[in-house]
Amino acid sequence: MTRIISFTESINEALTIAMEIDNKVLCYGLGVDDPKHIFETTTGLQEQFGEDRVFDMPTSENAMTGIAIGSALRGYKSIMVHQRLDFFLLAMDQLVNAAAKWNYMFGGQSSIPIVIRLIIGRGWGQGPTHSQSLQSWFSHIPGLKVVMPSSPRDAKGLLLESIFDKNPVLFLEHRWLHNQEEDVPEGDFRVALGKSNLLKKGKDITIVGMSYMNTEAVRAIEFLETLGISCEHIDLRSVNPIDWDSIIVSVKKTKRLLVLDTASKTSSLSAEIIARTSTELFSEMTTAPDRICLPDIPIPASFALTKDLYPTSFDIAKKVCSMLDKNFDPAALIQSEFPHDVPGDWFKGPF
Amino acid sequence: MVLIRVVEEMIAERYNEQKMRCPTHLSIGQEAVSAAAGIALSKEDLVVSTHRSHGHYIGKGGDVPRMIAEIYGKETGCSKGKGGSMHLIDLSVGFMGSTAIVGNSIPIGAGLGMSLKLDKSENISCIFLGDGAVEEGVFAETVNFCAQKELPVLFICENNLYSVYSPLSKRQPKDRQICTMVEAMGIKSAKGNGNDVFEVYNQINKSMQYINHERKPFFLEFDTYRWREHCGPNYDNELGYRTENEFLEWKKKDPIPFASKILLKDKLVSIEELEKIKDRAIVDANNAFNFAEESPFPPQRAAYEDIYSL
Repeated sequence: MTRIISFTESINEALTIAMEIDNKVLCYGLGVDDPKHIFETTTGLQEQFGEDRVFDMPTSENAMTGIAIGSALRGYKSIMVHQRLDFFLLAMDQLVNAAAKWNYMFGGQSSIPIVIRLIIGRGWGQGPTHSQSLQSWFSHIPGLKVVMPSSPRDAKGLLLESIFDKNPVLFLEHRWLHNQEEDVPEGDFRVALGKSNLLKKGKDITIVGMSYMNTEAVRAIEFLETLGISCEHIDLRSVNPIDWDSIIVSVKKTKRLLVLDTASKTSSLSAEIIARTSTELFSEMTTAPDRICLPDIPIPASFALTKDLYPTSFDIAKKVCSMLDKNFDPAALIQSEFPHDVPGDWFKGPF
Repeated sequence: MVLIRVVEEMIAERYNEQKMRCPTHLSIGQEAVSAAAGIALSKEDLVVSTHRSHGHYIGKGGDVPRMIAEIYGKETGCSKGKGGSMHLIDLSVGFMGSTAIVGNSIPIGAGLGMSLKLDKSENISCIFLGDGAVEEGVFAETVNFCAQKELPVLFICENNLYSVYSPLSKRQPKDRQICTMVEAMGIKSAKGNGNDVFEVYNQINKSMQYINHERKPFFLEFDTYRWREHCGPNYDNELGYRTENEFLEWKKKDPIPFASKILLKDKLVSIEELEKIKDRAIVDANNAFNFAEESPFPPQRAAYEDIYSL
């Protein structure tokens, strides 16, 4: 029996199940019990589990990360949430110098099982400090695990797995995925960390996508199929550690690689994926690997300035055609009917 | 107090052998706070500390041979050679870890306090910090959270007047005391002479009674002084950031002879017994160094282990 729920409902369900399974799971963040409940992802949790386990917190991102680490040393598993990834930048000391290092620097004696949910903003004038996609920073730090779910099903499975992992996990949610819906398994359903997801088999090119870019990729791949181009589509799912084996196996077969990144280009994950794949498969690849990213600029706020900034399925289709020396007819691909700064008609702002 | 002094003097003496190959922050001159806290706290009470943590570790009952082995980078070190002098741990005595970034362990100690409160435990979490850490944003954040949540946390701030070479007078306003600032932020506070081990012990005991009774945090500030350089085995008065005179004045307040005199005067201990305490400390310290010297280095592959907990 299918059961269609949204990405946010899926998060809410995972949190509820985790807190039912283990009474040492805590959930806090600025606004978890406010009327908006973090885009409704924490609705009902405080009523069900009480104020000791689900609570609003002071605007102290760095200290609260340390609170999560300290309580983890005595077995409490905290799930902290920040409504924007950008807010969490105040907590880099606790994340990088404490959470990521603790297990290592004390010789494996005590680990830090915490989950930090960070929401990546986009569109509607979010601007320079409400829309950063900094997964490459986090993937650079040994000791952290970093996941980027791109579907409601994965959101649930990856979140439950993250909560019961023994290590610090950053859980990066793209705001534009929040209203996507699909069939999501009931109960304690888990998706392994560090493993990618083969969304579609193909033979002409490997497309590796992350987070919301997979939504754009699906549209592009459907279109490319009508041109007789067969794409293999891998959802990266985890950006630390990265599932290198699956990427290498796929590119070895298709001999072409396109990486879709939600971040700006320089020093991005796409750079790492192309570097590693090229190093291993250079002589076997038939075209230079390529990538689609944001430009190396801060993201502006204005509706006018963001036009054509974010790559879409159109850009993906065009790039794949050029990599395969196929003609691309721009008129053939139906463009989104919504304004460029919203994911669909469900989004009316403000953030 | 004597054991801390003897062990650290031995580190200073032997540092030039180049076998202890990591930054080492000695607390010589500041032993009274470490020793008194270690005695006042129970084994089940929890401690986090800073880059200058040898004294806190030994005071709490941490394994001395494993600490020296850690400084030597040996496999038998308390952190298996991964942490060095600045990352000490002995979970068996509640020493939960010392970390090397100023202010870093402060919220972690508060997190331990929150877990104790959630468990309805009788124990407390003790956070050691220095006067420099008070200037970090995370300190203010943590004080606020502890006050708001009423956590069983004891802050012990050793005010030794310097953050590396920068004097307190250049870093904080002249007429404001750290403890009164914290009191204004909502945590009951007190201040004492950090070189008088009896006063420190009494103050910690009183504050622990307050924490146990009220289940609220408490903040203690102790004035003290580090004799040697910020990092390393030497004296550094010739650099000119502090005067020789200031150093000599503080040296007169050496916590060990101060305590010995009182104990002798009150006939609580004899000269022979004091000598025995020192002799035993020397034997213990020598044993610790021998253990470290004789222990093997970890194999190179160990550098690639423990990144994640499996």
